Amino acid sequence: MALTAFDEMNGIGNGAADPAAVRDAYGKLKNWLETTPPEHFNTRRSQAELLFRRIGITFAVYGDNESTERLIPFDIIPRVITKPEWDFLERGLKQRVTAINLFLKDVYGAQECIKAGIIPADLVYRNAHYRMEMRSFRVPHDLYVHVAGIDIVRTGEKDFFVLEDNARIPSGVSYMLENREVMLRLFPDLFSKHRVAPVENYPDALLATLRSLAPGSATRDPTVVLLTPGRYNSAFYEHSFLADKLGVELVEASDLFTKDDVVYMRTTEGPRRVDVIYRRLDDDFLDPLVFRPDSVLGVPGLMNAYERGSVTLANAVGTGISDDKAVYSYMPEIVKFFTGEEPILHNVPTYRCREKESFAYVMDNLSELVVKEVNGSGGYGMLVGPHASKREIEDFAKKLKHAPDGFIAQPTLSLSTCPTFVASGVAPRHVDLRPFVLCGADQIRIVPGGLTRVALKEGSLVVNSSQGGGTKDTWVLDA
Amino acid sequence: MLSRTADNLFWLSRYVERADFVARILDAAHRLASLPTSYGGGETNEWESALASAGDPDLFKPHYSVVNADTVCDFLAFSPHNPSSIRSCIESARENARSVRTALTTEMWDAINGAWLELRNYAGKELSRDEFGRFLDWVKTVSLTFDGSAFRTMLRNDAFWFTRLGTAIERADNTARILDVKYQILLPQNETVGGSLDYFQWTTILREVSAFNAYHWVYRESVKPLLVADLLMLNKQMPRSFANCYGVIVEYLDLIADAYGRRGPSQRLAGNMLAKLDSEDIDRVFNSGLHEFVEAFIAENNRVGEAIAKQYLVG
Repeated sequence: MALTAFDEMNGIGNGAADPAAVRDAYGKLKNWLETTPPEHFNTRRSQAELLFRRIGITFAVYGDNESTERLIPFDIIPRVITKPEWDFLERGLKQRVTAINLFLKDVYGAQECIKAGIIPADLVYRNAHYRMEMRSFRVPHDLYVHVAGIDIVRTGEKDFFVLEDNARIPSGVSYMLENREVMLRLFPDLFSKHRVAPVENYPDALLATLRSLAPGSATRDPTVVLLTPGRYNSAFYEHSFLADKLGVELVEASDLFTKDDVVYMRTTEGPRRVDVIYRRLDDDFLDPLVFRPDSVLGVPGLMNAYERGSVTLANAVGTGISDDKAVYSYMPEIVKFFTGEEPILHNVPTYRCREKESFAYVMDNLSELVVKEVNGSGGYGMLVGPHASKREIEDFAKKLKHAPDGFIAQPTLSLSTCPTFVASGVAPRHVDLRPFVLCGADQIRIVPGGLTRVALKEGSLVVNSSQGGGTKDTWVLDA
Repeated sequence: MLSRTADNLFWLSRYVERADFVARILDAAHRLASLPTSYGGGETNEWESALASAGDPDLFKPHYSVVNADTVCDFLAFSPHNPSSIRSCIESARENARSVRTALTTEMWDAINGAWLELRNYAGKELSRDEFGRFLDWVKTVSLTFDGSAFRTMLRNDAFWFTRLGTAIERADNTARILDVKYQILLPQNETVGGSLDYFQWTTILREVSAFNAYHWVYRESVKPLLVADLLMLNKQMPRSFANCYGVIVEYLDLIADAYGRRGPSQRLAGNMLAKLDSEDIDRVFNSGLHEFVEAFIAENNRVGEAIAKQYLVG
């Protein structure tokens, strides 16, 4: 790529040019990298792999028959974020998620933002993620998104952008927690030299959030469960990990049933009422009576119970409308409209292929742009122009012409890089960051940190684990 | 706890126990098959009997043309077509463990996940007789590690009780299967034949349930069929006997009933079985028919298993 990426260790790419330079946050880390013998890294790396293998952190890759379980590569060099940087991100995240919740309340309620022309009506109403069922009732506490994973990329010293709002069932938090545990075991010295803000209280924060969301009908000690599609789901490890840390039952749909619009779980002691369901199952599969009738993963009658207000679903049904890639492009206006403030976190400039002029621009500049399917996820079905062959671009152009509404395009961002341990030694690799935002009825909680994903292939910008990305521990320095 | 969780725990420990049992059958079969024919050895018989004790001959037939050491070992140890092969047991145990990770202690998970990972070093490879022996030893350590970690690390609550129930029901069934296949060599009329042939058959049975040394401690006599049968069925000290297994089953079912404040069919059936075993006498069992007694036990043990499932595991 022609652009020079901002390197978070030496500051190159943002005016600075000296590879030997070092940003303050990375001073001790750089010293550690330079003075530690390479064999030591190798030993620690294989220890880390062994730890992960033993703990059972595996990741199922769809369409990969060879290995239904494999590890996401873990990089032992942490990524460092300073306190002021984090404070800025935290403010921006709170603002953004607050706006998303107000937006959802509005599109399923008064629809002021559509009347005010903030967002085109058809983009909302004709969106596959818009759930008519949600129009008829109010969710407990008017909150829709309780757990959000906002993907943030950095391109310079002060330049942070939101790449994606994951407002449905974001995953990855178990890696944030396990990465830290493994790092603490492998490099206690390094921690004693840095004041790293802890992330281990995430499960507590999540539980407090979920409990705060209980419907009015619940007792003072509401029953929370985590609903998983089952052990063949790619994120099953995370589901069981979280249920364990939360101390709540990990249920599959077959463990739940409804009676008189109340949800119960089947226990060895008979039926037990359920108040809050932290569901890690897509909308489509929740209730075969309402959504996909062929789903065996769902709980018949769940939506009725939900509409009656006897149970809280976290996240609410229909939040997909807010993390849709086409709606994303309107987020700056949405934030302004609902909070009355200027957005703290910026969007990546986005061309909506549904708009004629933008479409023409995109078609003319495919080799410069990243084009994404509006409903795609996990890095599937996208075109990274600068890295694509002529043939790939031509094929993609055909797809695009056929259904321009289904695509958005963004300039190829030069994602920041962090030192990463690769076969050839320590080298810069592109990273992004997914902090997890918890929205309770009482407050918004964010543990300092998140999941840093790293594109391990040289020059690659695709950090998704399904496309060969890895993860890093993310250190927010407390001072 | 969730019914499904209890079900997974119950079957997890059943599969671990079964893997151990199959390993012991194979070990004993090898030992017996390597003896000269005049000592009760001889290839074919022993492998047929191993197959009958530890597997389903109907599943065996479509995949192998002859019954011999190689085919039976492959079928019982590694065949994916045999749901009770050691490999299938470890895989099923791990699948069950994976879906109830939260109900397991780290040590239990390590034991079962570690076994599943290590299985790859054996399954699908050509193993020499020595290597196969080491494999069988390894399988036994898996069940020891698993049981030990359950015993040492689990909270004493319903999760532990369902785990132990699975082990006990499976054990009782396994012991009964050995007796069911070999009952004819325990029958008293064979005693008059005497000779080394039967002796090695009897001791093989004891080895299959790791009770060879125990026998001598309990009876302080040379090996006699009547006493072998007594040890495996009615003796309460012997951890794999019917009586001991039912002592365990009744104990844990009672604890569950106390915790939940409700008794049901499983408590009643298991209690009846224990009382029956308590009042039995080995001479009477032989007089009224050893084979019938064992068959009735297997059926009743299945009924107890079904009652536990219906009462707790299905929900």
